[in-house]
Amino acid sequence: MSSIEFRKDLFADERDDTLKEIGKPTIRQDILGHVTGRSPYFDDHLFEGLLHMRCVRSPHHHARIRSIDTSAADRMPGVRRVIRPEDVPNNLNTLLALINFGKDDEALLQGKKVAYVGEPIVAIIAETERQARDAAAVVRVDYEVLPHVLDVEEALEPNAPVVSETYPNNTFDYHELYDHQKLRFGDVEKGFAEADHIVEGRYQMSPIEQAPTETCGAIAAPETNDRFVCYTSTQALFFSLGTTAKLLDMPSSQLHFIGGTVGGGFGGKVDSLHEPLAVLGSKLTGAPVKYIFDRAEEMQVGAPRGAERWYIKDGVMNDGRIVARQFTGFFDCGAYTRLSSYAIIKGTGHLPGPYSIPNVASNVYCVYTNRTPATAMRGFGITGVDFSIECHMDKVAEAVGMNPIELRILNAYRDGDMKAHRRLAKNTALIECCQVAASKADWAISAQAAAQTSLQGGGGERAAIPETVTDQAGKIGERRRNKIPTAPGEGASAKGRVAAGTSVAPIIAVPPQRDDMIIDPARTGHRKSAAEQSPAVPSVHSAPIAPPRYTPPTPPTQAPMAPPPAAPVAQPQQQAAAVQPAAAEPYKPTEPFQKGIKRPGVSRFISGTRRR
Amino acid sequence: MAKTPVRFTLNGSETALFVDGGANLLDTLRRGVGDLSPKYGCGQGTCGTCTVLIDGEPHLSCLTLAETVEGRSIETTGGLSNGADLHPLQRVFMENFGAQCGYCTPGMLMAAKALLAKNPNPSREEVVEAISGNICRCTGYEPIIDAILATAGQMRGRVA
Amino acid sequence: MLTVETFDTLAQAAGAMTPESRFLGGGTLIMRGVNYGDQSFQRIVRVRDRSLREIRSESGRIVIGAGATMADVMAASETSFLADVARQVGGPAVRNMATIGGNLFAPHPYGDFTTALLALDASVRLSDGSEQPIENFLSARSSMRGLVASVSVSRPMGDEFRFRKVSRVKPKGVSVMSIAVWLPRQGGRISQARIAFGAMGPTPLRAKAAEQALEGVNLDAQGIEQALSVATAGLSPMDDSLASAWYRNEVAPVHLRRVLLGEGNR
Repeated sequence: MSSIEFRKDLFADERDDTLKEIGKPTIRQDILGHVTGRSPYFDDHLFEGLLHMRCVRSPHHHARIRSIDTSAADRMPGVRRVIRPEDVPNNLNTLLALINFGKDDEALLQGKKVAYVGEPIVAIIAETERQARDAAAVVRVDYEVLPHVLDVEEALEPNAPVVSETYPNNTFDYHELYDHQKLRFGDVEKGFAEADHIVEGRYQMSPIEQAPTETCGAIAAPETNDRFVCYTSTQALFFSLGTTAKLLDMPSSQLHFIGGTVGGGFGGKVDSLHEPLAVLGSKLTGAPVKYIFDRAEEMQVGAPRGAERWYIKDGVMNDGRIVARQFTGFFDCGAYTRLSSYAIIKGTGHLPGPYSIPNVASNVYCVYTNRTPATAMRGFGITGVDFSIECHMDKVAEAVGMNPIELRILNAYRDGDMKAHRRLAKNTALIECCQVAASKADWAISAQAAAQTSLQGGGGERAAIPETVTDQAGKIGERRRNKIPTAPGEGASAKGRVAAGTSVAPIIAVPPQRDDMIIDPARTGHRKSAAEQSPAVPSVHSAPIAPPRYTPPTPPTQAPMAPPPAAPVAQPQQQAAAVQPAAAEPYKPTEPFQKGIKRPGVSRFISGTRRR
Repeated sequence: MAKTPVRFTLNGSETALFVDGGANLLDTLRRGVGDLSPKYGCGQGTCGTCTVLIDGEPHLSCLTLAETVEGRSIETTGGLSNGADLHPLQRVFMENFGAQCGYCTPGMLMAAKALLAKNPNPSREEVVEAISGNICRCTGYEPIIDAILATAGQMRGRVA
Repeated sequence: MLTVETFDTLAQAAGAMTPESRFLGGGTLIMRGVNYGDQSFQRIVRVRDRSLREIRSESGRIVIGAGATMADVMAASETSFLADVARQVGGPAVRNMATIGGNLFAPHPYGDFTTALLALDASVRLSDGSEQPIENFLSARSSMRGLVASVSVSRPMGDEFRFRKVSRVKPKGVSVMSIAVWLPRQGGRISQARIAFGAMGPTPLRAKAAEQALEGVNLDAQGIEQALSVATAGLSPMDDSLASAWYRNEVAPVHLRRVLLGEGNR
C-alpha cells in the first residue's frame, strides 16, 4: 500500500516502535465537517445586523499624509462609522512586543506617513460591503509623495530614504549594539588564505505569498458583560488576543477570541491585522463587524515570506573540503518589522547549513524597504538561505570537479560536531539523506561515499570550539554616516579574539523566574567550555573520505580584546561556561505568573487581566 | 434600499428571499439563506471555492448575479448528504484524505459531482480537467483526484 | 448604489445603456467589478432573451449568439472547430458562464476566444443589425455604442486553423499569450494567412508582417523562418504579474513556430 521505506537503523536508540499511525491511512478528526461543509471557519457565523469594514489604503510606496478628509464618506448611504488613526487608543505596536523583542513601529491605521502600497489609513464601517467600498472611494487623503527605496542594499546607503522613523538606519537594531546579526566561529580570513579555491555566489529569493484559499479576516461582536467575541482566521490566537488588547488598550479579559478552523494559513495568518480593527469597529458601533481581505488585498497587503539576498564566499581545498564559509545576508522585511527580526536569529542559528565547516562568519541584516511587510511562512528564516547554500554547494562541486552529492557527504555534519552557533549537532542524517537521494535518482556515488554514516567520524576535534576572531564593525547608526562594507569583518577598525572553547549563554529576554525554567544544557545540546567537556572520544572513522579536521589555532600571545557578541545567542561571557545568565539579581516574582502582575521587562499585555 | 425578490430551489427546497441590487449568489446563499457551505475565496472566478450547481452544471456563485437564478435549481455541498448518510463522494474524500484545511472541499465536491453525473467513468485526465477551476493549496490535488476516481469506481459498482 | 434593469429584448436593453451602465453577459467580468467595488458603473443591464445563446448555420457561415457560453460552443456541432479553443477558457464553471459576447470585451490578458475569432476573420453583428469585421470592432471597442448580438465565422478547412494558449499554470492558467492561425493553402503553399496574438497588446492583435512573410511559402521550418523573425512586429505586449513585455516578445516567435509546425505538446 505504501511506498515509504523506513530507515529503522536511524535513531534506533531513540525510537519508540509502538508507534502505529505512520504509513497507513487515517481519517482526519476534522474531515467530516469539511466534506459536509459544516466546519466553522471564521466567516461561518451568522450575526443579525452584521456590518462590513473596508480600509482606505495608500496608493504610494512612501508618502507623508498632510490631511485626511472623511467628510464625504460620513455622508454616504449605509455608513455607520469612519475610523480614523486617532480613534485607535494605542496606535503603535510591533508583533513581537509580546515577547519584548524590538520596538513598536507599526500603526493599526497610519495617520502620519505611509511606507508601503496598501498600508491602511482609514477604516469605513457600513451596512453592506458595497456601501463600505463606495464610501472608501470618496475619502480624500492629501499625500506628500516621498522618495522610496525598494532594494535592500540601496536601503543601506547613507542617503537612502528613511522607511521607518523607529529604525532610522533602515535596519533592525540587534542587541542594542549592531545593525545586523553577527555570527563568528573560527577565523574565516585564515581559512580563505589556506584554501586552494575561493568560490563566491550571489543568491536572491523573491517574496512568496502564502495565498491561503480563505483570505484573512475576523468578525467581532459585542457580548454580555462588556466583552467582545471575535471569530478569527488567525493561526496565532493568543498573539492576536494580546495584540488586540494592547492596540485597543483594553484588558484581554474583555476579549473572547475563537479560532481554530483556518482555511489554509501556511504562516500568513499570524499578523493580527484584522482582530484589532474588527473589535474596535464593534466597540465603536455596538454592532457585529466583519473585516476581511478580498483576494487582491490578500495578495498585495497580506504579508508574504520576505525576499532574501545572500552572498556566500567559500574557501575550498582541492579535495573538496570546505575550510571557510562567509555569509552576507539581507532580509527584506518591508516597511515594518513583524517577524523578520526573529527570522534572522533563526536563520543565523542555521548557518552554515548542515555542514561541518571550521571557520564561519556571517552578517545578516534585517532591512526596511518600502515594500509590503514580510512575515512568517513555512520554515521562514531557513528557506532562503538553504536555497542559497545548496545552489552554492553545486557551484563548489563544479569548481573542484567533484560529484555534488559526494561533496555534500564529505562536508556533512555528523553526530557530535560543533555547530557554528556553539551547539553540538545531534541526530544528524544528511549523509543518509544524500545516499538515499542518490539511489532514488540513480545518481552514482563512490563506494566510499556510500559507506559513510552520520554516526561515525563526528565529535572529537570536530566538537571543539575554535579560537574566534571578532570585530565591532557595523554599530547602529554607523552606516548612516559613512558607507561601510557589509561583509563580515570588512571595514573593522580592530579585531578581537575569543579564546578557543568559549561558549555563550542562551538568549533569554527575561531572567528565569524559577529554577525549573532554566534551560537544561544537556537537553538543548548547549555546550559548556572545552575545559568542562568530558574527554573527547577518539574518532573511529577510517573510511577513505576523511571528514574535515580542524586544529584549533594556538592561543594568541597578547591579551584578547573585550569580545563583542560572537554568536547569534547573546553576549558571550568572558569567563565562559555561563549557562545561567549572569544577571546580578535574577528577578523573583512574588505572585504566580498567571496573575498578570506587572513585572519588569515583561509586556503588560502578555497574559491575564491587566491591573490598572 | 431597493430589494428584488428571487425564488429558486436550494437542495430541493423551495426558497424565496429579497436581494440587494448587485448581490451575488454566494452572499445570498450564505447570509441570506444561511447555507454556509459555499465559501468565498477570491470574488473573481479564479479559485472555484464558491462552486455550486445550477440546474446540475457547476457555476461560480460569487460571479452569479443572484436574481438570475430565478426559478432554477441550486445544489450545494450543504445538501449533498442524505441526512446522516453521506454521499459516496463525501465518504471517499474522507477515506482518501481528500481534504486538509477543508476550505476548497465544498467547491471540489460540487465540481466532482457534476463530472460524475455526466461521465460515470472518467479518466484521470478528465478528473483533472473537471477540477481545473478549483484551487487547493494544501493537498497537491493527488488525494482529491484519487478520491474522485475511487468514488466513480464505487458508484459504478453499486449500479452494476 | 447599484441597480439592475432587466429587459425582454436586446434592442430594449441597448436603448437603456448609458455611460454608467454595463451589460451583463455571463457575469465573469461584470460581477468581478461589482465584487471589487468598481466605481465606473452604477447600473447593470441584462436581458431575458434566451435566443441570444443560439448557435446556427446561416448562408455558409456559423452564427454564434453573443450569449452563447464557452460550454455551448463546445457542445454545438456547428462550432466543433472552436471546441478546443473554448475548452481552454477557464475551468468548467467559468465555461458554463463566460459568453462569446463578453469575451469580445475581455481586457488583457483575457480574450483567448476572441483571438481565435480574429484569426478566423469573424464578423460582429450589433443589436441595430449593423455588421463589421472583428478587427475594426476590436480597435474601437472601448468607445463602442450599442450591444453585440452575435458573431459569424466561416468554417475553416481541415487543419487550416490552429490555436495554442501559453500558460504557466497547468492544467489551467491565464494566458502568457494565445496564438491563433488560419493557414489557407493553395497547391501546398500558404495563401492569405491570418495570425492573431492574444495577451500581446491591449486587445487581440494581428501579426500582419508575419502574415505577409508567409505568403506563398511552404509550411516547413525553412518556409516560416522569415515570418518568425517579424513575429512581434506591430504587437505591443505589456508587463503584468504573469510575464514581462520583454519575455513575451522573446518567446512569441518560439510559440508561433510550434503552432505553425504543430510541434510540442500543448
